[in-house]
Amino acid sequence: MTEILLSLREVSMHFGGLKALDKVSFDLCDGEILGLIGPNGAGKTTCFNTVSGVYRPTSGEIRFGGIRTDGLPPHRMAALGIGRTFQIVRPFPNLSVLDNVIVAMGLPCYRGIIPSCGSWKRQKTRDGAMELLSKVGLDLQAPQKAGLLPLGNLRRLELARALALNPRLLLLDESFSGLRHEEVAMQEELVRKTRESGISILLIEHNMRVAMGLSDRLVVLDHGLKLAEGSPDEIRKNPEVIQAYLGKEGHSNVA
Amino acid sequence: MSDYTITIGTFIAIQAIVACGLNVIVGYAGQISLGHAAFFGIGAYASALLTTAGGFSFWGALPLVLFITGFIGLVLGLPSLRLKEDFLAITTIGINFIVVSVFLYVPFFGGALGIGGIPRVILFGTRLRGTPFLFLCLAFLAAVQLVSWLFTRSWSGLACFALREDEAAASSMGVSPVRFKLAAFILGTAMAGLGGALYAHFMRFISATDFGFPMSVMILSMVVLGGMGTLWGPVLGALVLGMLPEVFRPLTEYRMFLYAALLLLMIRFQPGGLLGESSLARQIFSRLKGGEKE
Repeated sequence: MTEILLSLREVSMHFGGLKALDKVSFDLCDGEILGLIGPNGAGKTTCFNTVSGVYRPTSGEIRFGGIRTDGLPPHRMAALGIGRTFQIVRPFPNLSVLDNVIVAMGLPCYRGIIPSCGSWKRQKTRDGAMELLSKVGLDLQAPQKAGLLPLGNLRRLELARALALNPRLLLLDESFSGLRHEEVAMQEELVRKTRESGISILLIEHNMRVAMGLSDRLVVLDHGLKLAEGSPDEIRKNPEVIQAYLGKEGHSNVA
Repeated sequence: MSDYTITIGTFIAIQAIVACGLNVIVGYAGQISLGHAAFFGIGAYASALLTTAGGFSFWGALPLVLFITGFIGLVLGLPSLRLKEDFLAITTIGINFIVVSVFLYVPFFGGALGIGGIPRVILFGTRLRGTPFLFLCLAFLAAVQLVSWLFTRSWSGLACFALREDEAAASSMGVSPVRFKLAAFILGTAMAGLGGALYAHFMRFISATDFGFPMSVMILSMVVLGGMGTLWGPVLGALVLGMLPEVFRPLTEYRMFLYAALLLLMIRFQPGGLLGESSLARQIFSRLKGGEKE
């Protein structure tokens, strides 16, 4: 049994009367790709936001690497080793693609007053960022303003930025949506390579083919509740999951 | 140089220092502030009180002045952590009015009469006035520019740029919004405090009305005109807006009209400012630079 990197215990997130997450528990093992799927409004992104520190869960416990992390702000989570991408891409539009990555490389320098006075315009930093950019295939776009890039490139830029944090866990929020077929293949390849380099991945994905193909295990959410958990094959055959996605058999008048 | 030119030059240099401070907050960290004159005033009053009632010399008072304005900047920067855009703008206007009324109505600050009898700056045993004082202001301006330049190259500066561009993305990369926004407020307001101290010892008499909301708008106009977030923009803005009223002096009646028309034309045709990105000056400069390479 491999070590557990991230664990959620009975995590609930309520917005007023809405239970976006209702006592959700699951574990993510070190080195694993765990897929988080579910219909629209199931609570996937809310789940991500509690893990990455954007929301403080209403109740429950989140542990990352053995440390209790629920309620810590996002910048602390980044320092602990969680990198993330956003469902709606959030580049720094007026900074160059290269500088976008360099922002993330400053992670160790943002915590202290003296290191944060150091210069970011060093050749070593630049080279490190260029290396990451060529890894995701954006080295030619390095001097361009990030705001000018098309969506496919922005998704890869977000991945490069998250990798620049040197994370132990990567949260990918629909990193494949809005991409062309060949871009999806490229992104899949990148995710696989990332895992091979020893980074665990938690991903939200709507594209079932991608989610099933990439994930070692899947967690299915529906209306804030955990519906099922298991290998892609188990999930594919699970009647409750099929029902959540397609509706109950015999009750529909369609078709 | 005539006394008149020197006086105008000194005003421009002092306002450039204050504008550079605002540029750190607005241009680098992206936090709207329409109350920067408050800190200009706090610096001026702090220096005036320390040198008259407190018995300090200008040089002894200066570190205290920077500390006081920076500290008040930190406290008044706290709203920026919760407020954004127009709400922050309105709050900073409010702060400006509150600071001015405190100076005006609290007897300790001299009330409507202000503070007079502020001593001149003494350097190497000579009282600075006229040209030497202008050079002192220019030296401080150079120091402020150096600090600004170092700031843009530091991780703190980059963290501020990232916060300006996208706060959620920046914090997911380990940038603490609280820490770096407040750092920008401290640095920017301390620069305004420096400008205020120089102003007090130049005028030798100050009153609350010098630091009102119109002054804040003027300083913001300088930053916008020159180019927000550029190193030399605020200096150029201070130079242009400081000289225009003098250039248009023969047209007394139409002076303010021309001044406003120029600002409107700028916003229409060069929204990034004179030195901003894709501005005429930048394009010409990069074309010249490109020509050299070929």
